[in-house]
Amino acid sequence: MQDRIKYWKGIEELENTPGFAKNAHNEFPEFLPINEAKGDGESSGATAPRRDFLKLLGFGLAAATLASCEAPVRKAIPYLNKPVDVEPGVANWYASTYFNNGDFNSILVKSREGRPIKIEPNPSSSLTPMGTSSKAQASVLSLYDNNRLRTPLIKGKEAEWKKVDSEIRSALSRVSGKVAFVSSTVISPSTKQLINEFGAKTGNFEHVTYDANSASALIGANGGVVPGYDFSKANIIVSIGADFLGTWVAPIPFAKQYIQNRKVSSDNRNMSRHYQFETIMSLTGANADVRVPIKPSEELAVVKAIYNGLSGQGSSAPATVDKKAIDAVIKDLRANNGRALVVSGSNDPAVQTLITAINKSIGAEGTTIDTAAPYFVKQGNDAQMLRLIEEMNNGSVGAVFFYSANPVYDHPLAERVASGLKRVALKVSFADRVDETAALVDYVTPDNHYLESWNDYEPKRGFLSLAQPVISPIFMTRQMQDSLLTWSGNNTNFYEYLRNNWRKSASGDFNAFWEKAVHDGVLENGTSMLALSTGAASTMTAADAAGRASKAVAGGKIEAVVYEKVAIGTGSEANNPWLQEMADPISKATWDNYVAMSQSMAKEMDIVQGNVIKVTYANGKTLELPALIQPGQAAGTVGIAMGYGREVESMPTAKGRGANAFPIATVADNTILFAGGVQLEKTGSTVEIAQMQTHHTIMDRLVVQENTLANYKKNPKEVTEYIRIATHEGPAKPAAISLWDDYEYKNHHWGMVVDLNSCIGCGACTISCQAENNIPVVGKQEVLNRREMHWMRIDRYYSAVEHEAKDYQTMENPADNPSVIFQPMMCQHCNHAPCETVCPVAATMHSSEGINQMAYNRCVGTRYCANNCPYKVRRFNWFAYSNNDKFDFNMNNDLGKMVLNPDVTVRSRGVMEKCSFCVQRVQLGKLEAKRENRRPVDGEIVSACAQSCPTDAIIFGDMLDPESRISKTLAREKGERAFHVLEELNVQPNVTYLTKIRNLA
Amino acid sequence: MISCILRAKTKFLIAFLFALTASFGVSTSGYAQGASLPVDDAGIVSAGESLYKNNCVVCHSVGSDVVVGPGLKGVNERRAQPWLVSWIKNSQALIQSGDKDAIAVYNQFNKQAMPSFAFSDDEVKAILTYIKSAEAAAAEAPAAGAVDAAPGKNVGTDAIGAIGGYLDIILVVLIIVLIVLVVTLLLISSLLKNYLNKNKELDEYDAEVVNQRFDFSKVYKSKAVRTLVVLIFVIVLLDLALGKVMGIGIQEGYAPTQPIAFSHKLHAGEHQIDCNYCHTTVYESKSASIPSANICMNCHSQIKTESPEIQKIYKALERNKPIEWVRIHNLPDLAYFNHSQHTQVGGIECQTCHGPIQEMEVVYQYSPLTMGWCIDCHRETPLNTEGNAYYDNLVKLHEESSKGAFTVTSNGGAECSKCHY
Repeated sequence: MQDRIKYWKGIEELENTPGFAKNAHNEFPEFLPINEAKGDGESSGATAPRRDFLKLLGFGLAAATLASCEAPVRKAIPYLNKPVDVEPGVANWYASTYFNNGDFNSILVKSREGRPIKIEPNPSSSLTPMGTSSKAQASVLSLYDNNRLRTPLIKGKEAEWKKVDSEIRSALSRVSGKVAFVSSTVISPSTKQLINEFGAKTGNFEHVTYDANSASALIGANGGVVPGYDFSKANIIVSIGADFLGTWVAPIPFAKQYIQNRKVSSDNRNMSRHYQFETIMSLTGANADVRVPIKPSEELAVVKAIYNGLSGQGSSAPATVDKKAIDAVIKDLRANNGRALVVSGSNDPAVQTLITAINKSIGAEGTTIDTAAPYFVKQGNDAQMLRLIEEMNNGSVGAVFFYSANPVYDHPLAERVASGLKRVALKVSFADRVDETAALVDYVTPDNHYLESWNDYEPKRGFLSLAQPVISPIFMTRQMQDSLLTWSGNNTNFYEYLRNNWRKSASGDFNAFWEKAVHDGVLENGTSMLALSTGAASTMTAADAAGRASKAVAGGKIEAVVYEKVAIGTGSEANNPWLQEMADPISKATWDNYVAMSQSMAKEMDIVQGNVIKVTYANGKTLELPALIQPGQAAGTVGIAMGYGREVESMPTAKGRGANAFPIATVADNTILFAGGVQLEKTGSTVEIAQMQTHHTIMDRLVVQENTLANYKKNPKEVTEYIRIATHEGPAKPAAISLWDDYEYKNHHWGMVVDLNSCIGCGACTISCQAENNIPVVGKQEVLNRREMHWMRIDRYYSAVEHEAKDYQTMENPADNPSVIFQPMMCQHCNHAPCETVCPVAATMHSSEGINQMAYNRCVGTRYCANNCPYKVRRFNWFAYSNNDKFDFNMNNDLGKMVLNPDVTVRSRGVMEKCSFCVQRVQLGKLEAKRENRRPVDGEIVSACAQSCPTDAIIFGDMLDPESRISKTLAREKGERAFHVLEELNVQPNVTYLTKIRNLA
Repeated sequence: MISCILRAKTKFLIAFLFALTASFGVSTSGYAQGASLPVDDAGIVSAGESLYKNNCVVCHSVGSDVVVGPGLKGVNERRAQPWLVSWIKNSQALIQSGDKDAIAVYNQFNKQAMPSFAFSDDEVKAILTYIKSAEAAAAEAPAAGAVDAAPGKNVGTDAIGAIGGYLDIILVVLIIVLIVLVVTLLLISSLLKNYLNKNKELDEYDAEVVNQRFDFSKVYKSKAVRTLVVLIFVIVLLDLALGKVMGIGIQEGYAPTQPIAFSHKLHAGEHQIDCNYCHTTVYESKSASIPSANICMNCHSQIKTESPEIQKIYKALERNKPIEWVRIHNLPDLAYFNHSQHTQVGGIECQTCHGPIQEMEVVYQYSPLTMGWCIDCHRETPLNTEGNAYYDNLVKLHEESSKGAFTVTSNGGAECSKCHY
């Protein structure tokens, strides 16, 4: 008998805890009194008092009377002088670039009536043509953040730019000591040149670059740059702690490369094999074919074992690490010379030196590593920053500027930074708000948001990208570059400066060249403009590295890893409510960070999820966070995300969420290791973690499907299980027996195909959907109440092979290292939709193009439809989420509302909503085709999720058009990988999934 | 910033500054230029017509009326063609070159300059050709009208009017006859009563019959009548209330006072300015767009600059404060409406929904803008499918399966997500 794969969504379901069992059978949680939901703690009792009734009655009468009066006078205010290219009601698109802490995206910005409202990938870019990151998607909301500074500040007081400029110029002229310009990685060639010119005028100047999540060791071991990895050329990918699909270096370009070699079809039955050795369960680890949990202190040993194994010295892996896996890695790497790639996320120079040596020995250079085109997205030099901190403290620094850098928050030695700042005469921050560092400086000269700025970028040698402003500065802010130009007495503005700088790379008529570059947003003819700072390269040799001992973790026997979350990153955009409410791809937790630990550790310490743990780290300092039981977490370790624990007033959305984990990182030998020894102690209290995942159960039904590459190679027709229903004539397809008549589609038949093999679970689609469809943010309490509003969710299932009953004794704990599978889930637009038949007011109906429509204004809120939906994709508006102080997010202030899509209704309280297949885009696409007297072209009409997917896992299109990609995919995959979720119900969804294939070792 | 991004692409709004041109008074020796214009070439005439309507009509008529500039009747005879071409292309240059005629025209029309037009020579000729042909058409029209009018006179509406007149007379006569009858009968009955009471001895029963009086109080005190009255009253009240309630939010006829007394009657009616000239996005966007002040300035930088209403526009521009018009057509946010879908794709006239806008001194809401009104039109209106490849296959499929017209509804025009999302 074949071993069956058992899937579960979380530990609760695996163990079937009483709480889970109770909730599993309820569509909605028990009725919660509104007062409780508001969180004001007051309860007026369950019965409605007579007075309230009378008040309601009175209000009702008054409202009815008022409603019968004339409608309020509304104004129509046209432009005084209409800009040439702005047509009210028509969207304009501008090419630009998003870059934040390594996350690089060439983007297109959709602008309506002068307001940027949506970010999409720029197809002209060869680095990120397909999709964007979730952070890039959400960045448009950060533009409309009410807490951004409106004017420059002098010692915390609002000031005029003129005054600030004159004071800073005079302070600079009499500065004694070093002038330091501290920034995170700058990949803008023009900005870098400008900073250097500014420095040349001040004399004793240093541009200090550090990254909050540093790759210092990596670039040190590779001559000052990140090697030009090309995952698409690798048949074997080995990653030791590098979350290259989620957060490491340049996740979006890497995801695109990675997936190129993972897409299978019956014509191409090959895919790469991916090994991952890591401590936390990362997004990349979740996608690996073979995943081995290791402690951070074992990283060097594992790399050494691979290095020695490859050089024929015999591997000697630590006893706790799966030796089979290391042997398999060595065997595969040997067999795939020139077609393999090894990467590591460690910041230990010894590890990175060995990784470079391994890549040399397996012939990666020139094949899977493009030596001519390294990445520039991480340039932070830990040693340089550590030296500056000491210099500040010994008083030799006369002036310091902070540009997209916040070391008082995100440096492990934040306290030393703060104390050092006291001894610096001139302190200037370009922060857009009073963050932790800006609170301690004399002058805050707020930089523009990137959507208000001109800039250029070179993320990879020879790949240039431009950013152009799509809106005038909303506040009295000024671009950092313009400030530098002003202070160095230069009268040109940065736009002219940038243009002049680009003349170098122009050929022919410059104006025509420039127009085209701005229009395309990218220039990829091999021109390189970025001048790198020198001095980052390390001199360690491989032999030296192999001889080193691991930088043991001191301070306690439990090792804590400080890691970056996909949504929050290093915390620079922590005030963005979309990102705060985005479910973490793995833990599905929102709004907080937590201590992720393995189930065995939790059992040992008698901890259940939500128990608050006191974490004691170096020097006896502590922080308190709730525990989260994370399947796959390496034994003896915990994971704590960086980017949380903000206390500043300028970040109300992030304030008080979680705790700051940066101080746990270890500083030793001029490097920062994002791990540290900790002691854990249970406290008496409990904090609930708002997870989205465990809200529904699959009741052990067949929902996701996966198989092995070996089976797929053998016979693609047998990798997917199709359910057959027993009839008196034998087993039949569920669709063969139907109560309903089928619809006849004449014009279009919209559908979607989701390739589970391509989906890496990053969640960019969920934020894209939120931005496109005006989906409200509901806050932590409402997520806990199981009332989140996301139309689209990425279901994450853990799985392990379930052995036969008699094997249970020998079977390892399935939660120790489960496999992970992601399944994007949205309205399936069933042709026999169960929701449509139960709506008493026909508010949800089927369109002649296969879309399950939702008319909000007809909905009376019975919620029958949600009850009857087998996919649990309908969302109910329990509250009015706009203009409601209880939900003080972007929809509660005028500025935040500017991000709303004017073509989509903002739903009111008491109505149901769900994925609409982006019907506004479908209608617009059809209209444009009609206006041009033609049929729509395939690819012209795409849903927001499909457009922003970095791995092209979602295909949206017209299934009636035989030439469309979706029709061709469906024709090819029919009977092979294509399946419908819960096919036995015969609801006939218009969304088809393709079985995931694993390339198991 | 945005404007500088695409500055090179700047498509200049065609400068529609209108002023004055040629005069009648200046003596000319009658150039026979008109003869050389190809008035029989329909292509050139229609090209000229569209150029004329887009550029000239606001200031000039083809007749002899002075709108802003002189009427253009006979202009081909008055002026030499080369003179006209250089005048139209750049009148100021001609004036400055010291051309006698040019200066005379300029002075005659209060020294208002006619703007320059970047036409090619052929385009100018096309316009002149159109003017020539329009003169010829105008000359034929009265003659043709006179011929047509004689036999067909009063066939239509007047005949109905005549019958209506007879009916009125018959009605009045009938009413008079009836009144006379009633009076006569009453007289007879009272005569008879008097006679019987005086001259005949009647028994008790008969006397009672003769002296019987109609008791009104009994009738209105009766239960049935009272119930009926109350019922009628309640029904009328309910009907009124229902009518009122159903009308809530429907602003049909809503004609608010606008900050500037702009007259569509003058602009769209008398001057026949195309709607699209001011409502620039009506064929492209969901919104037809209220014109921005710079569009007004295209003409009003020259025309009627002294008018207090026009002064308001200048003030708005000076103070950099946009004009706050009162919105008349308010669709609820939950309904998506797209102008270009109806105008460009559907080929529907503005007046279909907005009513006789060219006759409105003050604009009012002509249509109820209710969902029922939308749906009714969608049900009845056949789709404008001709020459549109989007519909080709759909029309074929529809003809195979159905006999009825291919209406908007046949193509999903009554589905929820056509308008609600």
